[in-house]
This record gives sequence, structure tokens and C-alpha cells, in this order.
Amino acid sequence: MNINRLLDRLFGSGVHSISIEENFLHGSAVIDGREVAVIGTHEHAAIDSALALAVSASIIGVIRDDLSRGSSPRPIIFMVDTQGQTLSRHEELLCLNGYFAHTAKCVDLARRHGHQTIALIHGEAVSGGFLAFGLMADRICALPEAQVRVMDLKAMSRITKIPYDRLVDLSADSPVFAPGAENYWRMGGVHEIWSDDSDWLSCLSALLVVADVRDRRAILGVERGGRQNAAPIAELVANAL
Amino acid sequence: MEQFTLSYKTSPRLQEGHPPQLCGVVASGNLEVLVEPLDSADLCLIEVNTSAPGFRLIWEAVLSDFVERNRVAGVRISINDAGATPAVVGLRLDQALDAYRSAV
Amino acid sequence: MKNVKPASFFESSARVRVAKLVDAGSFKEFCPPQLRRTSPHLARLNAPVAFDDGVAVGSATLAGHKILIAAQEGKFNGGAVGEVHGAKLAGLLDRGVRELPRAVLLLIDSGGVRLHEANAGLIAISEVMRAVLRCQEAGVPVLALVGGACGAFGGMGIVTRLCNEIIMSEEGRLGLSGPEVIETVQGVEEFDSRDRPLVWRVTGGKVRRALGEATYLVDDDICSFRSVTAELLCRYQTKPLAPVDIDEISAEHARLTERTKRFATARDGREIFQASGFVDLDEVSLLPVAKFNQQLLESL
Repeated sequence: MNINRLLDRLFGSGVHSISIEENFLHGSAVIDGREVAVIGTHEHAAIDSALALAVSASIIGVIRDDLSRGSSPRPIIFMVDTQGQTLSRHEELLCLNGYFAHTAKCVDLARRHGHQTIALIHGEAVSGGFLAFGLMADRICALPEAQVRVMDLKAMSRITKIPYDRLVDLSADSPVFAPGAENYWRMGGVHEIWSDDSDWLSCLSALLVVADVRDRRAILGVERGGRQNAAPIAELVANAL
Repeated sequence: MEQFTLSYKTSPRLQEGHPPQLCGVVASGNLEVLVEPLDSADLCLIEVNTSAPGFRLIWEAVLSDFVERNRVAGVRISINDAGATPAVVGLRLDQALDAYRSAV
Repeated sequence: MKNVKPASFFESSARVRVAKLVDAGSFKEFCPPQLRRTSPHLARLNAPVAFDDGVAVGSATLAGHKILIAAQEGKFNGGAVGEVHGAKLAGLLDRGVRELPRAVLLLIDSGGVRLHEANAGLIAISEVMRAVLRCQEAGVPVLALVGGACGAFGGMGIVTRLCNEIIMSEEGRLGLSGPEVIETVQGVEEFDSRDRPLVWRVTGGKVRRALGEATYLVDDDICSFRSVTAELLCRYQTKPLAPVDIDEISAEHARLTERTKRFATARDGREIFQASGFVDLDEVSLLPVAKFNQQLLESL
């Protein structure tokens, strides 16, 4: 879906002011009479240091604005569409991981300042680019066209030297390595998958009703049956005598 | 992967009370060996989990040699192997048992 | 006095690193190998498993300070993070929030997500990231020690940069995408992963220290890692960690923005070394760590 049509469908036509600068977007919208900040990327952005800084600057801006206005912290909606990090020697030399960590710290600062954080995957959500801010949000939702992955099975087969057909067979009943939002949902890594015929604005407003800053994704993974080990092992390590 | 368990009747029983010991790393051409106490006082139980199938006879030779050399009962030895040579296996087993014996 | 050969951090296994880093005999392991919490996903793919899934986690003392510590085993699947491995790290950090030790030490030696269980690994790393941030919010500093053959890459490179301190050896490497990945996708002209000096100048300990990414550069022996860590633990005892506030985040933002501008076209660590005041750029790789640190200090 074209980004303008998507934003109109999400936030209502003509009532949001979101500017799009190449593959970066930021602005605000109104949900149930409440202003929300919208920050993110589109066109399967490869995230480099400049883009990570743009996202970070917007988050810092939202926190500062609300502090100076003395208004209640606005929820922040992260629009996620990334093919992953930019692969370049220049970016590595600058320590791109440091920029991503900075973005993650910004999301965390927003959370600590009382901003609800929601990630909407509207395109791709891949590896490092997904870690920087999408996976840091309190709630992670996938729109119908979302593609979530680390690596496609062909590439995985080349690197692990496990035959492609075997990977396809095994992925039929295990969500742990094959691409797909549904797999992430089963493991608790995606909270909700929205269907094409649901009313997205009401989905959003339902999310804004209850704030929950706890990271319960490992427990969700057990409840949904896709990630049985993480929660009990983390619990064992956290509380072993 | 190929898995099998070998059980050797031997003596004497190693003094009890040693904490489990892990030696080595599961990396190509290497293995890890975990040594723990075993309730059966006259047994040395060895479990092998190897990425190189088809070498059971060689394993049996290396392991029975190890048991012959060391003569310890009341221990359970578990191996995760990623294609180590018999020499490396023998060395790692001795190392692990030494560490277990001296651990308090 | 007996002349003890220094133990190389680079050459040692994760368990030896822990044993020699902390006070002798003080390490107490959680979820130890005998519990056999191996990866069910590796087993399904018929790949070898390890009893600790490639990471040892526990408590210890270091120079008398109570700490929690995790050490990744780079030789097992490149230290990569799977479901169990990641949950052990996240659980340890959660324990940090509850027990409030002097610090949590992460001995990172990892290429990032384990492809055999990539989705579980990616989610786990994000859980580790959030757990690091929770620890810090609770006032517990998290320190990264990087000096193994796998360095700190992928999601673990991001985790490393969330830490309050990064102690690196010259042999340690820190980045996001490994040189091999960049070469495979973008071609050998972009990054020749077999050019070891170049790889070192782009991701190695010295260039990371010169950029200010690593907070300390130490010799490749476990003793050196220990003495800097002990010093830091004393410092945190005197001056406890304050949670990051918006001014600190803004200052970091300004630093990173400045770096992007200053090195807008840089592709080789020589440019970073030159900007850091080093004159003989061919000599930098040969400088002993103490001398490198001294020259860097003088140019600041």
C-alpha cells in the first residue's frame, strides 16, 4: 500500500500531519481526540547512521516538547519498514551499532518518561533495523503485508549447509527460523497481527487504553506455544538460589 | 548426530561429593566432556552425542581404553562431540576426570 | 617470585575467562551444564548442542565486589544467540534488577543471532537489550568486556553499546555487520574480509578506542581486563550509577551527529587515527597498548 494511503487509513484522511522525507517519516496524528507522535521509516529503508539519528532526534524532540509544554506524554507510534541495517564499510567504521544503541536508548527514555510506545510493522522488519526501535516498543503489531525475518531460507541454507527442502519441511511446524509475522506472533515477538478488514483506527485506540511497560514477550511465547524455553530458563536464572 | 550410551562395570568407586565438571568446547574437531557423580557404585556410564556418525567402534576402543587406564566407578560422563580425533577425545576425557577428581 | 605467563583473553575459553577474571573460586553458576538445557532447535536441525548452550552465567566477587557475570563461548557456533542462550542472558540481567550487585559483567564473544533459530535469537536479543536498560534504570551498571575471536557483532554489537563501559583488547572487534557479510552482499571492493589489517582498522579495539566507543583499551591478558574492571567497580561504589536522563541522551546525540559530519566519507581507520592526533599512521598497529593509550590521552 502506498504510504499516504496507509497513513490515511491508519490515522484518518486529512487529520494527521506527517511529513515524509525520503524514507523517513515523522509528525503527529490524533486518536480518540488524543495527540500521538508518529515516527518511522518506509520503502524498506536500509537504516544507516543518518536515519538512526533522524529517528532518535524525533524521539528526543517529542520528549522535550511534552516536558516543556507540561502536557501529558504523547504516545509514540513507530512505523517500521526496514530491510535491515545499511551494509557498508563506512557505516561500520563509524560504529553503526552505536547509533542503533542510541536509538534504543531514546525509546527507553521515552518509556521512562511515560510515553506509550507502539510499533506498527507496515512493510519489512529485518534484523538490526528492527532491533533499533521496532523491537524496543511496548507493543508490536504487524499489518497484513508485514514481512518479518532475519534471513530467507535460501540464504540460511547456504550458510548453515542444511538443505533448503529440509528447512522448508522443518519450518512447517516450528516458528523459530522461517520468515513470517505469524511465526513471530507464535513466539510472542509480535503482539498482534491486524487483518485487512479490521478497523485499524479502533485497533490503535484499543492499544492506547492500557499502558503496559513490562516486557512479557517470553511469557506470551509460552502461552502461544511458539517459544517454550525462554521464559522458564530466564526465570530459573533470575531466581535460582 | 549419532547417540549411544556405554556402560562399564569397574571399580573402585570414586569418593563422593565432587561437584560436576565440564571440560572442552563443542567446536569443529573438538568436544565437551561433563563428569558427574553416578548412583551406581560399580559403573562408569558414558553417553556420547557425536556429529560424526559411523565411528561407534572407534569410540568403544577409545572409551574402554580410558576406563582401563583410570578405573573409576560411580561416575557419569556425557560427551557432546563435533568430530574430534580419538587423540583429542582421550586427552579431553583425562582432563575432565582430573578436574572432577580435584574439584571440591 | 614465580614468573607466571599471562593468560590470553583471546585464546581462553569462556569458562577460563570467568575463572581467571573473578576472585578465585567465587563463581557460582546458574543453570549449569549438568541441567542440560541444550537447544532443542539445534537438535532438530541435527546440529551439535552444548550443555550450556554456549554461555555461562552466574554470580561471583571481583576484588571483593559482588557481581553477576555472563561469558559467551565464541567457539560454539560463533557465540551466536539462540533461545536458551539469550534467555540465560536476559534472566541474569533480571536477577541484577532484583539483587542490585555492584555490576553485571558481559564477556561478549558473538556474531549475533544464531541462524538455526534466527527468529528466537532476534527476539531474545531485543529482550536482552531491554533487560540491560532495566538494570541501568535500577542503578546497576552493565559492563562489556570484548576480546574474543568473534568480537561483538550483530545484535550483540548493539547490546555492547548499551553497556556503561566497554573494555576491549586490541584483538577484540566491535561492529554491526561482519566484514564477510558486507563482502558477500556488496562485493570485495566494498570490504575485503581477507584483508586482516583493514578489518582491524575498521572494527578493532584501537579504532574503537580512538572513536570513544570503547572506554578502555587493555592488553590481551585476563589480568589486564581484571584490573580495569576492579578499578571501575570501585568507582561505581564511590559514585553509583545515575539513570540516563534527557540531557545525557542529547549530549550523546550531539557526539554521534558530530562524528557523522566529521567522518562523512571515511572508510578506513587511518582517517580516525589521524583525526585522533596520531602522526605515523603505519605505526599505530604496532604501538603497545600503554603507548597507544598515552598518545591518545595526550592528543585530547
